[in-house]
Amino acid sequence: MRRSLSVLFRKEVADHLHSWRFNILIALIALTTLASLYTAAQTIRSVVPQADQPLGDIGLFLKLFTTTDGKLPSFVAFVGFLAPLLGLGMAFDAISSERNKGTLVRLLSQPIYRDDVILAKWFAALAVVGVFFLALGFIVMGLGLFVFGIPPTAEEVLRIVFFLLVTAVYVAVWQSLAILFSIRFRQAATSVLAGLSVWLFFSLFYPMIVNLIAPITGRGTVDDVLREIGRHQFLSRLSPVTLYEEATTILLSPDVRALGPFTLEQAIGAIPTPLPFDQSLLLIWPQIAGLVAMSVVLFGLSFVLFMRQDIRGR
Amino acid sequence: MSAIIELRGLTKQYDTVRAVDNLTLTVYEGEVFGLLGPNGAGKTTTILMMLGLVEPTDGTARILGIDATREPLKVKQVVGYLPDDVGFYDDLTGLENLVLTARLNGQNDRDAEAAARALLRRVGLEAAADKKVGAYSRGMRQRLGLADTLIKKPKVIILDEPTLGIDPEGVREFLQLIRTLSKEEGLTVLLSSHHLHQVQAICDRVGIFVDGRLIAVGTVEELSAQIFADDRFSVEVAARPLDDRLVEALQRLPGVTRVDVRRETDGGGEAVVRATRDVAADAARAVVAAGAELRKLTRRAYGLDDIYHRYFEGRA
Ligand SMILES: Nc1ncnc2c1ncn2[C@@H]1O[C@H](COP(=O)(O)OP(=O)(O)O)[C@@H](O)[C@H]1O
Ligand SMILES: [Mg+2]
Repeated sequence: MRRSLSVLFRKEVADHLHSWRFNILIALIALTTLASLYTAAQTIRSVVPQADQPLGDIGLFLKLFTTTDGKLPSFVAFVGFLAPLLGLGMAFDAISSERNKGTLVRLLSQPIYRDDVILAKWFAALAVVGVFFLALGFIVMGLGLFVFGIPPTAEEVLRIVFFLLVTAVYVAVWQSLAILFSIRFRQAATSVLAGLSVWLFFSLFYPMIVNLIAPITGRGTVDDVLREIGRHQFLSRLSPVTLYEEATTILLSPDVRALGPFTLEQAIGAIPTPLPFDQSLLLIWPQIAGLVAMSVVLFGLSFVLFMRQDIRGR
Repeated sequence: MSAIIELRGLTKQYDTVRAVDNLTLTVYEGEVFGLLGPNGAGKTTTILMMLGLVEPTDGTARILGIDATREPLKVKQVVGYLPDDVGFYDDLTGLENLVLTARLNGQNDRDAEAAARALLRRVGLEAAADKKVGAYSRGMRQRLGLADTLIKKPKVIILDEPTLGIDPEGVREFLQLIRTLSKEEGLTVLLSSHHLHQVQAICDRVGIFVDGRLIAVGTVEELSAQIFADDRFSVEVAARPLDDRLVEALQRLPGVTRVDVRRETDGGGEAVVRATRDVAADAARAVVAAGAELRKLTRRAYGLDDIYHRYFEGRA
């Protein structure tokens, strides 16, 4: 890492940790998710003793993340909902605030590369979010240990860690978008609105649009239906929301063996057992790659825009 | 004296505006150079091109022989820049802000803090070193800004409108500080301003910059000689009565190019006599010869303000 990058990185991390905004966002996420965990633990505890399976066999710890009592959304649902807000919230004024404070010109008149400024912001936000989610994950596992009285299996730990990492990548996508807007728009309010619009679009309207232009009618030959589903899936997967949902579903629910339609050939050979971790990972590799790619593309756009921008004044 | 800043045919064209037009200028080692011009003259654009922060449409800017467009990082290692309306991180202390700059310039933590404390003392902010910058006054911010440009131990400092928004007393002190620092450290200083009389006192040379063009360069004396070639000297004469006959007599004096008269109600008045030579004694004699009472006689030397106004008269 270049020296100037690490200096800026340290400054950004300190900024986040001291900012009200970050602490409020974190508190919000910690409280909601812990509440959902608590209800999940209660629900599982009331169900498990009746099950004839021994504890541990059914991915108990994973269920902590996905179970809901029907009133409060599950941990995964909460995180999926709040992660974009966290990404947007942390970075929507990343560059515009430096510009408006008049510190951007001063920074850029030091012997540092221009890209170091945005790279440092990006890495710092990601590092802070990553550490927070890992911590949250371990709190959850600790809580599970306390509630169930048995430790998670190695595979469960792996799945949970990966789920948290994928979540960090998902936050990074939104954060990259927010940085792009913070470069493009000088007013922080414009940037927030733009970010929220994109988020609303992908979480509410995009699925409707996909249903409209690529409906699954279920009519015609098997091939027709498969083609319909394929098209629907392809379009859905252009949205980071879909990619994240698919990835987390596979990671946290090992009994989900495939995404999309199951053909007869696939079903015949399949044994109804949970998918091993490496198989799950293989299945969602494209989703993870897609999220990373989105982040990289958005960052690339920010980079190009920032390099060409007039940095003058407030 | 070696050239430190060399601008050759520097030009910046924005869509329709030619912000800087074929600017050629050399600033020498140890000089305090004032780039003077009204708002929108292109001063900031010129400075940003010298730092490689704005790409010139044409021409080159070299500092210590380094091309600012090609090797901006190297230029930024040796040039301290104080932007107009400089900003700091308000939630950090003055010291922390300086230390951050020092570290971005490759200094380690311990050296950075020592250097920052020393500089804060130099600019008179010792007592405020550990206060958050959010609580600084405008004048204190400018001082901190000056310290910030110096912390990288530059060879050249470029100050964009450094006196903007400080009270007159503060301006004098601040400029004197710049002057002292530059002479003590052997720094070359380029500062821009649209307040002529403010910077007149501390600049070794000035350049007058209007509409992207440099229209005159030199010491203040040289400039006044250049511009007021026809009427370098002027004398203010107050007399009573100041009638047409006396005005005519003044106009007929050898070397007089122009007489401006302001009459008062009591028949007296004031005449500003401009000439190519010193006509003070002749003017006094003319007044006495006309039988009038000589109330006042002042020689006027031209300052930068007059020079500057001359240019605008010429342009209008
Ligand atoms: N990014 C820009 N796009 C278009 N015109 C600009 C831009 N920046 C500055 N200008 C124009 O260039 C001219 C010079 O501006 P500037 O260098 O800021 O002058 P000064 O610093 O002397 O007040 C002005 O007419 C200004 O409007
Ligand atoms: Mg300016």
